[in-house]
Amino acid sequence: MDLGEINPVLLVASLMVAATPLLLAAIGELVVEKAGVLNLGVEGMMIVGAISGFAISVETGSPWLGFIASAIGGAVLSLLFVLLTQVALANQVASGLALTLFGLGFSALLGQSYVGIKPPSMGDIHIPVIGDIPVIGPILFQHDPILYVGIALTAAVWATLKYTRVGLILRAVGENHDAAHALGYKVIKIRIMAILFGGACAGLGGAYISLIRVPQWTEGMTAGVGWIALALVVFASWKPWRALLGAYLFGGITVLQLNLQAAGVAIPVEYLAMSPYIITILVLVILSADKSSAPAALGRTFHASH
Amino acid sequence: MKFTTLLTSAAVALGLATGAMAEDKTKVGFVYVGPVGDGGWTYEHDKGRQAVEKHFGDKVETVFVESVPEGPDAERVMTQMALEGADLIFTTSFGYMDPTINVAKKFPNVKFEHATGYKTAPNVSAYSARFYEGRAVQGHIAGKMTKSNIIGYIGSYPIPEVIRGINSAYIHAKKVNPDVEFKIVWAYTWFDPAKEADAATVLIEQGADVILQHTDSTAPQAAAQEAGNVVTFGQASDMSEYAPFPRVSSIIDNWAPYYIARTQAVMDGSWETVSTWDGIKEGMVEIGEISDAVPADVKEEALALKAAMAAGEYHPFTGPLKKQDGSDWLADGETADDGTLAGMNFYVEGLDGEIPQ
Repeated sequence: MDLGEINPVLLVASLMVAATPLLLAAIGELVVEKAGVLNLGVEGMMIVGAISGFAISVETGSPWLGFIASAIGGAVLSLLFVLLTQVALANQVASGLALTLFGLGFSALLGQSYVGIKPPSMGDIHIPVIGDIPVIGPILFQHDPILYVGIALTAAVWATLKYTRVGLILRAVGENHDAAHALGYKVIKIRIMAILFGGACAGLGGAYISLIRVPQWTEGMTAGVGWIALALVVFASWKPWRALLGAYLFGGITVLQLNLQAAGVAIPVEYLAMSPYIITILVLVILSADKSSAPAALGRTFHASH
Repeated sequence: MKFTTLLTSAAVALGLATGAMAEDKTKVGFVYVGPVGDGGWTYEHDKGRQAVEKHFGDKVETVFVESVPEGPDAERVMTQMALEGADLIFTTSFGYMDPTINVAKKFPNVKFEHATGYKTAPNVSAYSARFYEGRAVQGHIAGKMTKSNIIGYIGSYPIPEVIRGINSAYIHAKKVNPDVEFKIVWAYTWFDPAKEADAATVLIEQGADVILQHTDSTAPQAAAQEAGNVVTFGQASDMSEYAPFPRVSSIIDNWAPYYIARTQAVMDGSWETVSTWDGIKEGMVEIGEISDAVPADVKEEALALKAAMAAGEYHPFTGPLKKQDGSDWLADGETADDGTLAGMNFYVEGLDGEIPQ
């Protein structure tokens, strides 16, 4: 065992990278669920985002355009969910599952000619002065821009939900859609916006995997991150900062356990491999002892009959 | 209720119709652990399936289901295939072993072929390739190419097949470079590009400049390419899109001849339970082109090693070899028997760490 071989600076830096796709998807889903909609299609929207972002950035040579395309791709796929659940009033669980299956297959189709191609690199932002501070610089100030977008998004979602009128309306719709409707708010319209936002975030998360974390396109490459994001939203009690904490914990321990393995730490590998799940669940369950509960209208279909 | 009845009868009618149409066709099913586009393991199995279709044309119909998790879900998929009239089913991952045996019991007239396992039954054959022969060539090149003397190895699951590969690569790397050290990371997945890339990155950060992988996607290749100065090898498939560097060579699994032969056997009614374990000699394991990033003399040695194994003159596990705990395993000149290799659950001397049990 040689813990000295683990470079803590690189470790923290790479745990942030590992956590970002999860964070982006979870924040998007959090907003969707706050609006009272349960979209189980996160995995599908992520993978479609991954391939649309990848394809566009390869074709245009610009990772920025790729990320924009990935957000659009994810949102377009979520439009299908909108049609099914908000217009046709179909069951949300079934529609979400269908969205995931469809997304996985559709992305494989789209991606056929993109296997084995290297995407253009986004490059890290190197902020002068503060980026040069030893230890803190490389950890905090030398990442790709999308990583900061993820954190900024968390802050924005938190502030919007907590302090703004828009956030209040969104929460009202998620808690009691009949009451919100009676007050004159357009429940369906608000939910559609939330679903599209969730789709765009999931798409960004997917593209983060295909453009930065791996970077390549492979069929099915999200490999279950979407499902973890869904679970994370619940364990984070629908609170943005807890989702961030959970994502960083999960991503962090995933990377940490690989590091420990490589350094030959004498903890049985099985425990290391399960540690990200267990520790994340434990921490978030303890945090949610304040009994914050799910949005009351979560998963319920709204139909304005009067 | 009426609607479901309607659906059921429609499904039954459809099933009968296809059954009648496919009467004289041999139906061959394939169960894959990853997507056919993984660029590695499943990709090569699917190439084998396509070869079967091409070879037999109208006489055969193939079906496949991809990304099937190892476990109960695999049983469901196999049962479904058998119910749909498959005559022969290839189950292409180690974790399908018990599910295959279970399902085979229920369908005695359907032939099953399980890849990389060791259990057989009257209607279940086992087949695998001697990947460890390819690992010997990789180990040799890796030992010569590493400058940091640290070789990273991404394992999937601690099963005999993977452990054989680690041992074989280590023995041959050590032979040409006594200072070499292996860092082994278990990913506990066959296919998860993000995790595979993370594992590769971790190994690179800890000083490895050669990465060997026993997972199915090309993600570690991408991570190595990103790092710039790290050598990799294609796994299960050529992965030539990462040649000439970082991918300097590869192990290619060539399943097509076996799949064609076994399908033929079912057609002829001559199918019998066998345990096939073929290597470089039979062509089931191929070594992908060694790129120019490898010095000419190293390339020559690697090819000579390959030729010696193809001719049957050299066995990668030839004594004197000791186990990790220092106890004797093979005496000078003795070669490992297939039984020990098939169930290999120990590291050879010099490797660090414990095999997860």
